[in-house]
Amino acid sequence: MEDKKVIEVNGLTKMFGDFTAVSAITFDVKKGEIFGFLGANGAGKTTAMKMLIGISKPTAGEAKVAGYDVASEAEEIKKNIGYMSQKFALYDDLTVKENITFFGGIYGLTRSQIKEKTNELIEELGLQDHKDKLVGSLPLGWKQKISFSVSLLHDPKIVFLDEPTGGVDPITRRQFWEMIYKSADKGTTIFVTTHYMDEAEYCDRVSIMVNGKIEALDSPKKLKELHQADTMNDVFLKLARG
Amino acid sequence: MLPIIFVMPIVQLLILANAATFEIKNIKFAYLDNDRTPTSRALLEKFKASTYFNVLNVYTSGKEANSAMLNGDVDVVLNIPSYFERDLRKKKGNHLGLTINAIDGATAGVESVYVNQIIRNFNKNIRVDLMQASDQLPQQLNIASIPSFWYNETLNYKTFMVPGILVLLVTMITLFLSGMNIVREKEIGTLEQINVTPIRKKQFIIGKLFPFWVIGMGLLTIGLIIARLIFDIPIVGSLALMYAYTSVYIFVVLGIGLFISNYTDTQQQAMFIAWFFMVIFILMSGLFTPIESMPHWAQLITEFNPIKYFVEVMRMVMLKGSSFMDILPQFLKTLLYAFVMNGLAVWSYKKTN
Repeated sequence: MEDKKVIEVNGLTKMFGDFTAVSAITFDVKKGEIFGFLGANGAGKTTAMKMLIGISKPTAGEAKVAGYDVASEAEEIKKNIGYMSQKFALYDDLTVKENITFFGGIYGLTRSQIKEKTNELIEELGLQDHKDKLVGSLPLGWKQKISFSVSLLHDPKIVFLDEPTGGVDPITRRQFWEMIYKSADKGTTIFVTTHYMDEAEYCDRVSIMVNGKIEALDSPKKLKELHQADTMNDVFLKLARG
Repeated sequence: MLPIIFVMPIVQLLILANAATFEIKNIKFAYLDNDRTPTSRALLEKFKASTYFNVLNVYTSGKEANSAMLNGDVDVVLNIPSYFERDLRKKKGNHLGLTINAIDGATAGVESVYVNQIIRNFNKNIRVDLMQASDQLPQQLNIASIPSFWYNETLNYKTFMVPGILVLLVTMITLFLSGMNIVREKEIGTLEQINVTPIRKKQFIIGKLFPFWVIGMGLLTIGLIIARLIFDIPIVGSLALMYAYTSVYIFVVLGIGLFISNYTDTQQQAMFIAWFFMVIFILMSGLFTPIESMPHWAQLITEFNPIKYFVEVMRMVMLKGSSFMDILPQFLKTLLYAFVMNGLAVWSYKKTN
């Protein structure tokens, strides 16, 4: 069971005119894995991720997410994944509860399921006093945690997190990763991009993208050995500088 | 953005300078000739020769003329009484019946002046003619027209403007709200979040339309109450019919708004484009200047102007009391328009780029 592949990517390419943003990347992600997707700004991480979540059509190559083809079965994929973008993307002018109800509804949850999930989520995040506050009025760290929980509402097989901890304090980041581990333990696959190299250490496996290509892919431990570096930071600098 | 800034004003200048004319031309004119004598025919020739009047029809009964007026097929009806020629010879004077659609009071006034000018000229000529025929020196010949202004007897401009302005407000607010909407979500980033959910395009667009539709209907209600209570505008026709038409009409505007929203990346662009259409729609709606006076090509453009239909329907139903059958052509065109625009809105909304 542990070795079942939930993401299979083969030669996936995205071109914008003459510019190749993602150049024939190939990799697999296994079920329940925490997969770190690293790269410098502009290396093509976000573009690659957008193809995997079905909002950007690949120019060439193929990819299967949760068993569905990204080019032809994007809508099926969307039923099976959760996504949290680097921009906070819940509705600022709705309350915490309303946001949960809204997204729960979109994912086709029944009223009773939504109610149950709402209570669960609010308790887990300790938001009892804030559930009727507008999301826009909450601090960023809280928003990100809510956003992550909302992306898990429909028990997706895979969750895509695009720089989930950008601009968040270290304590909240820590709590955030605890949440990630918790859901990975339940069997959810986590696909995460980040710029924090200490976070990369938390991942089961890590890929590093440079100029649209995947330059390295292995567990953090093996990557450090291979590049004779003490930290992931050094590994990243070696690869990204070329 | 740069093409938008320069191209739009130029297009507007070219179209509007030609189309939004305050001249009153091509007046829809019809007559009832109960006399059928050389004199009555001579009078009608004068109208046929005038460039201001389009002589559209001859009616044989007053009833026929009235229903044409109600449908908006004619704006001016001249009624030549029986024994017009005979009375003219005997009494040296006569009265003509003139019915003018006065929903637009200013236009009606001008039309009345035009008619009187033609009649005054005719008075002069007929004097000469009759003198030769009867070999008598006529004293003073006088044909006068007695105008009756229909639908707005006192030529009150508010009666004419309030339904039109109400139309504009409902249109403007619903267009801008819907035009800004999806593009705003693009800017904030919530649209991306929506796009990774399994929501269907139809569901999304309907979800976007419905709240604005409710707002539009609410605006209509408030506007009608103000029109009735503060401006004392008569509401002759059926309220249900007004609501039925408006409920379809708002979908047209919302469809246009969402279509704009799908094709723009920023609220600024969307605002620009919405304004572009709004200005053309308003000035070519027949609200301020009569469509009949516009050049032919401009009249063709107005066929695609939803505000034109809304203005027509509101004035017809509110002031004339037109029935569903009277507004059927406008209703069907609006319905078709609604389907096309919302179809385009659904089609142009792309979850995947």
